[in-house]
Amino acid sequence: MENMVKLKIDGVEVQVEKGKTILDAARSMNIHIPTLCHHEDLCVAGNCRVCVVEQVGTRNLVASCATPAADGMEIRTNSLKVRNARKHIIELLLSEHNADCTKCYKNGNCELQALASELKNTEHMFLDLVERKTFTVDMYSPSIIKDDSRCIRCQRCVRTCEELQHVSALGVAHKGDRMKISTFFDRPMFEVVCTNCGQCVNRCPTGALIERNYIDEVWDAIYNEDKFVVVQTAPATRVALGEALDLPPGEIVTGKMVAALRRLGFNAVLDTDWSADLTIMEEGTELLTRLKKALVDKDPNVALPMTTSCSPGWIKFIEHTFPEMLPNVSTCKSPQQMFGAVAKTYYANKVGVDPAKMVVVSIMPCTAKKFEADRPEMRSSGYKDVDLVLTTRELGIMIRQAGLDFNSLPDEDYDSVLGQSSGAAVIFGATGGVMEAALRTAYEIVTGREVPFEGLNITPVRGMEGVREASMEIKDTLPEWKFLEGVELRTVVAHGLTNAKQVMQWVKEGKKSYHFIEIMACPGGCLGGGGQPIPTNAEIRAKRAEAIYREDAGKAIRKSHENPEIIAIYKEFLGEPLSHKSHELLHTHYVERNRY
Amino acid sequence: MANNKPLKKVDLIFSEAFLNRDELKEVLSRSADEVIQELLDSGLRGRGGAGFPTGLKWKFTRDQKDPEKYVVCNADEGEPGTFKDREILDRVGRKVFNGMALCAGTIGAKEGYMYLRGEYRFLLPKLYQILDEFHEDMKALGIDFHIDIKLGSGAYVCGEESALFESMEGDRGEPRNKPPYPTEYGFRGKPTVINNVETFVSALIISRIGAAEYQKLGTVDSRGSKLFSVSGDTPIPGIYELELGMTVEQFVNEFGDGDTKAVQVGGAAGFCVPRKKFNDTIIGFEGVPTGGSMMLFNSSRSMYNVLHNYLDFFKEESCGQCTPCRVGCQQLFLGIEAVKRGEKPASYLDTLLKLSQTMKITAKCGLGQSVGNSFHSIVNNFREEMIY
Ligand SMILES: Cc1cc2nc3c(=O)[nH]c(=O)nc-3n(C[C@H](O)[C@H](O)[C@H](O)COP(=O)(O)O)c2cc1C
Ligand code: SF4
Ligand code: SF4
Ligand code: SF4
Ligand code: SF4
Ligand code: FES
Repeated sequence: MENMVKLKIDGVEVQVEKGKTILDAARSMNIHIPTLCHHEDLCVAGNCRVCVVEQVGTRNLVASCATPAADGMEIRTNSLKVRNARKHIIELLLSEHNADCTKCYKNGNCELQALASELKNTEHMFLDLVERKTFTVDMYSPSIIKDDSRCIRCQRCVRTCEELQHVSALGVAHKGDRMKISTFFDRPMFEVVCTNCGQCVNRCPTGALIERNYIDEVWDAIYNEDKFVVVQTAPATRVALGEALDLPPGEIVTGKMVAALRRLGFNAVLDTDWSADLTIMEEGTELLTRLKKALVDKDPNVALPMTTSCSPGWIKFIEHTFPEMLPNVSTCKSPQQMFGAVAKTYYANKVGVDPAKMVVVSIMPCTAKKFEADRPEMRSSGYKDVDLVLTTRELGIMIRQAGLDFNSLPDEDYDSVLGQSSGAAVIFGATGGVMEAALRTAYEIVTGREVPFEGLNITPVRGMEGVREASMEIKDTLPEWKFLEGVELRTVVAHGLTNAKQVMQWVKEGKKSYHFIEIMACPGGCLGGGGQPIPTNAEIRAKRAEAIYREDAGKAIRKSHENPEIIAIYKEFLGEPLSHKSHELLHTHYVERNRY
Repeated sequence: MANNKPLKKVDLIFSEAFLNRDELKEVLSRSADEVIQELLDSGLRGRGGAGFPTGLKWKFTRDQKDPEKYVVCNADEGEPGTFKDREILDRVGRKVFNGMALCAGTIGAKEGYMYLRGEYRFLLPKLYQILDEFHEDMKALGIDFHIDIKLGSGAYVCGEESALFESMEGDRGEPRNKPPYPTEYGFRGKPTVINNVETFVSALIISRIGAAEYQKLGTVDSRGSKLFSVSGDTPIPGIYELELGMTVEQFVNEFGDGDTKAVQVGGAAGFCVPRKKFNDTIIGFEGVPTGGSMMLFNSSRSMYNVLHNYLDFFKEESCGQCTPCRVGCQQLFLGIEAVKRGEKPASYLDTLLKLSQTMKITAKCGLGQSVGNSFHSIVNNFREEMIY
């Protein structure tokens, strides 16, 4: 019991581990204390003061999120003193807030609104400060809108960007009444180092940071008779969409999602999982080719280790932060963009649709995908390859707008072609998934045998640790891969840009050497993406991950190279991985960006 | 109470004594226990404003197991109306460094820092010269202790100890959550003694003349003497070392211009004492505490303007991180304007008084917690001036 402290909250005794806060202790007894700046993923800030409680015997109230529980403490969470103070604090926040809820994207999903609704205060206690101030709304980014008039200065975004992402695109500027969340010299977010990852959006309690939504554009396209609207759904969306529609975390809703999309009016419901399989074919071959060039041809110009390229937040990060290492990044486009390029060429031809009339919409767990689709490089079909990108959250909104009862929809299957996928593609949605998928295929190409793991589950690359190293000896290769005989393939997986930066720093300084690096910008991989349902925390992400691996295990096909629709496209259209046509449509290049 | 007794002026702080190497050696050779006991006995409380017992602070820090500890001198002197630290540094800077060395020896620190208000940059050449001599002496005495000076950048809140550490570490000067306190988690997250400039000098003096001698000055709650920065409507503004425990009446008799209507004790963060309370208000921890700032106002002054100035100052100088302080200061500032203009009824002052009370008990640091001091004491004592 040495590690425990005993205290009393609202008259009831409770024991918690030393180091836990008063808030933790209260939560363990199901006592609800309101919070705003507190977030499980982030360090304690203690700045909103909404969570203050009374500690009997001290004059000042204490912030329960920031105060360690101590032996003998007597806490009151709901005394008149606390209630009055809390009311003042919420009223102060509202007096500085453009609380025009009916014109706010977060209406109905806002922590400040929820607090106000709990408080039920119907009078204006204090002066309206909003009309006395000027606020800026930054609407220039294709991914994120920042509206300072809805900001409560809780700094969750600042802590997210600094702690989880090591980007520090957002910081605190000025003091006193002018204090605000700002970028480098207050430039628009699209001009600075922001990677569009959306992790700040996921954690902003209000409508101050939101995705730029394209819901109306998608409705317009759907109802435009001239257009053939194709939708693709990313791997991680199917294990999270349910949360946006009142289901608990960890439900697999693939079939219902397909049914819903069909009812929304899309002409074809296809799958980014299909192009994830395609990515594995290209990226796996690229890795093997780089290894061959390095080991056999002794080509000094070939860049190893090779890193993955499917996370657009990661791509923008390395373009800003380690531009000298861009040659190490796989030239493969992300599955979203491979899909778009193939949809407006191979697929358009197959279904007999004029690509000029085709609209490709994607449903992504990610806000950075919106930026990615806008990159000038992403027009290899002759058109904008992907026209409109929605987050999982936006799809949830559309489903509600359409009045669908999601839960009672039947399970339906994707259309074909570009609809079939393997389990390897599904796990793209979890950190370590691309690595595992690539190994399943590359190992088999090289040895003619399956990866030596039970049930094809390469468990060493799975999990939620920030950086995970694994190595695998290649034995008994097929004759043409003899040069890899006995090679210890060294890999590392990192998720969250703070971890990514760490790994790249090691590589840059020569402290570690790897062959293959998987990086996902978001904690947990795409399943924790910036476009996923809010809230997010470690527990929710673990449930989504578990669902992803369940979906993989339940698939008839587990390896990308066995996907019949993938075999078909190489036969009918692309030839082979890294062919001329592949290069034209499926590969890209990167640019160096500024450092601020 | 003998209220009209003349004030006792003291000359300890600026006296030129105790500056030679031998005497320094003598002081620095005391055991930590001795030094701490002497400080505890003396009753010395911090001179920066909050008044925490200095002996306890040193003891808590010494008791920490961490081998890495720091001594930090708070020379940010940002409280409106105080300028006594500048004078100390200008005239007897060496005593401050000696006091820091005494502290370092007591708690077991090898590095010390002085956080110097940016506007006092002009003192740097002089201070560096004194530091060179100081470091030579340390070397000669075989003591491993080194002091560096860091310049502040003009934010009032950076005088708050934890914001000061953040600023010294290169981060934005935002106060931290407490606990943990600096004695446990201070500069670079290590146990740290942070004291005001004057506190270090007083500690040195006590260590030299002894607690018994020091105790003879002041009252039970407020031992010793301290420096006062006297400004406002007074014929003799300046810095005075006075015995603690006088009443405001005594003070006004000495420094007033014959028409004093109020004294602001402790700067913008302090209390306003109106004429009718001069007689029974003691300047010290049992009455109104002060870091040294004493501003006198005569009957030509509008107390509305005085409060308006303070609130203007606070709404700009709040670091802005916590809700009660950031928004509360704006509401108080605009609120009294609205009442004055007749846009809000006089009763709105009561709403604001309640708000200032909430700020006092919910703000994250001493800045937001103390805005209510001047607000309360001015609004309550000069309510008509707020309205008409
Ligand atoms: C807003 C604010 C500003 C402060 N500014 C100063 C200052 O300029 N100088 C100072 O010595 N203490 C200042 N303090 C007090 C310090 O936080 C701290 O209590 C003091 O340095 C401790 O030293 P002492 O015990 O010797 O007084 C300030 C406190 C607050 C809340
Ligand atoms: S951020 Fe929340 S409280 Fe503010 S307007 Fe939007 S929904 Fe309302
Ligand atoms: S989107 Fe990502 S990189 Fe950009 S500000 Fe938010 S957290 Fe930082
Ligand atoms: S933008 Fe959102 S997360 Fe950032 S400080 Fe404002 S309210 Fe908090
Ligand atoms: S009380 Fe004021 S100065 Fe202190 S932390 Fe809060 S906002 Fe910052
Ligand atoms: S939730 Fe505790 S201070 Fe914000």
